[in-house]
Amino acid sequence: MKKSYKIEVDCANCANKMEQAAKKTEGVKDAAVNFMALKMNVEFEEGRQPEKVMEHVLKNCRKVEGDCEIYF
Amino acid sequence: MNKKQKKVLLRIIIAALLMVALEFLPVTGRMRFLLFMVPYLVIGYDILKKACKGIWNRQVFDENFLMAAATVGAIALGEYTEGVAVMLFYQIGELFQSYAVGKSRKNISDLMDICPDYANVEIEGKLVQVAPDEVEVGTVIVVQPGEKIPIDGVILEGKTTLNTSALTGESLPREAGAGDEVISGCINMSGLLKVETNREFGESTVSKILELVENSSSKKSRSENFISKFARYYTPAVCIGAVALAILPPLVQMLFLGMAPGWGQWVYRALTFLVISCPCALVISIPLTFFAGIGGASREGVLVKGSNYLETLAQTKYVVFDKTGTMTQGVFEVVGIHHNEMPDRQLLEYAALAECRSSHPISKSLRKAYSGELDESRVGDVEEIGGNGVVARVDGVTVAVGNNKLMERLGVSFAPCHQVGTIVHVALDGNYAGHILISDLLKPNAEEAVRALKNAGVSRSVMLTGDEKRVADQVAAELGIAEVYSELLPADKVAQVEKLLEEKPEKAKLAFVGDGINDAPVLSRADLGIAMGGLGSDAAIEAADIVLMDDDPLKISKAIKIARKCIRIVYQNIYFAIGIKLVCLLLGAAGIANMWMAIFADVGVMVIAVLNAIRALFVKKL
Repeated sequence: MKKSYKIEVDCANCANKMEQAAKKTEGVKDAAVNFMALKMNVEFEEGRQPEKVMEHVLKNCRKVEGDCEIYF
Repeated sequence: MNKKQKKVLLRIIIAALLMVALEFLPVTGRMRFLLFMVPYLVIGYDILKKACKGIWNRQVFDENFLMAAATVGAIALGEYTEGVAVMLFYQIGELFQSYAVGKSRKNISDLMDICPDYANVEIEGKLVQVAPDEVEVGTVIVVQPGEKIPIDGVILEGKTTLNTSALTGESLPREAGAGDEVISGCINMSGLLKVETNREFGESTVSKILELVENSSSKKSRSENFISKFARYYTPAVCIGAVALAILPPLVQMLFLGMAPGWGQWVYRALTFLVISCPCALVISIPLTFFAGIGGASREGVLVKGSNYLETLAQTKYVVFDKTGTMTQGVFEVVGIHHNEMPDRQLLEYAALAECRSSHPISKSLRKAYSGELDESRVGDVEEIGGNGVVARVDGVTVAVGNNKLMERLGVSFAPCHQVGTIVHVALDGNYAGHILISDLLKPNAEEAVRALKNAGVSRSVMLTGDEKRVADQVAAELGIAEVYSELLPADKVAQVEKLLEEKPEKAKLAFVGDGINDAPVLSRADLGIAMGGLGSDAAIEAADIVLMDDDPLKISKAIKIARKCIRIVYQNIYFAIGIKLVCLLLGAAGIANMWMAIFADVGVMVIAVLNAIRALFVKKL
């Protein structure tokens, strides 16, 4: 399943770091951050609940970039 | 500027004023240090906080940490002004970056401001504005003059001109009346329309296009991937370099040369390194360039589905065309009436009447060419002879309309046509009355499109078609395409494209231009699939990498030029940013460049690269 989320982040490098962090999160098959459109596209692994996975994604992203935000 | 940016601006001004004032204040020693801490903390407290947090989360090599380390180091060496200045300029750079990106983001989304905010639905005789995504399929919506059509549908009532420029880049308005399909995103310019929706909002053209453009930069280009990789190695490498620079030369001086170690001087040089180590200029400007390029292209009616396709498009040397629907209009039209004794119009009337009940494209084109009212009651005894034509009685006259076979069958001697196209013979009461030549017309810009491609450096243009050889050869000759393969089945087209893919040089790319639906296998086989999207053809939008919204083949060369400009800017920025940084690193190591130059290498280069990136948005004159 694929979903797109609106995000809030200040710099392009931070967006790249968020992308890396999201990709490494369990339950995420692939993730791409579009800094220009301030969007994160996440592809979830089969049978995962997006809401739950996104909580971890946000947590991991916060680790690399303190003041980022993902709206889900 | 938003609130956050304004706050940063205020901090920058306060810190800058304080810093300049302190320069002229005759205090020394501890007092001076304490005074300088005021502007330093004003401008840098958040960076220091983030740096600590980064260390806590084991994210050492982020730019906050680097800036914190460099400025703390500078202050420890007693270079108070420089410590504050580096922080100050770093913040100025960040502010500019966030402002510029926000601005261009807004610019680009304004360009694509095709998303309707509401739909008017009549409920109990009153017009109510509802959110477009709440409107169900089959609802009748009202579109007033000046409003955007929110959802795809069919006009029930009303007549108007539509401005489709937001979707197609085409500035000429389009006429539409009852029974016509309309697509969302067009602006209703003159009349009041009642539209019955035939799709949900999420499935409507406008939503699809927006989704496509917004997701386009998820497919990253090679240069973008290169930059993210580069950034991953660059920062740590420079940091290690800085540590080495701080430790090794003094040790060498001390142990082997017997000189004073000069720690302060080398540490200062190492700090200069740290300031240059942020890859911001590259990391921000490359995606920004692609984003602007894709935005600019979509303003011209060229939808690019990813930055990687922009890159491929820039290297396109071979262009393979489909004929029908791509270079020709795919609509049959009467182009001539020959060998007739009666007036053209009368012959056409007979033919149109005889064919008036058929839905064959040929019959349609006959009726269209006649363009007057056809009274069906004049027609009787219609007999369709499959693959041959029609025989019918019109006003008591037996009219036979059809091809050579029909004439042979009826024993009528006919005159062959020397022109290429579909020939419709007409016989009245068994006597030959002449023939009507019907052919598919070239698109108005088709010939110029081929020429423009040649000028744009496309080395080989090839046309593939399922049509018969005679027609294909003539069309190719008119277009100036030397290479043409005709009478191909869809599978043959794939085979032909594969052959061309093998023949082409390694670096050149092959683009296939088709009208989507039956060309889908070829579109996906070619390096780059360009579809004539047409207004609202889903199959085409799905299958291709690039979609030409207004079906104009001239846009192919335009798209190539846009892509080349975009890629040129990307390379300029890569070489410029990396070049300046390397030079400054070398000069810094040699002690020629001080921290002021380092901050230019970081912030200045970023500002210039961002400004350069925004140029990719301007593609009108290409």
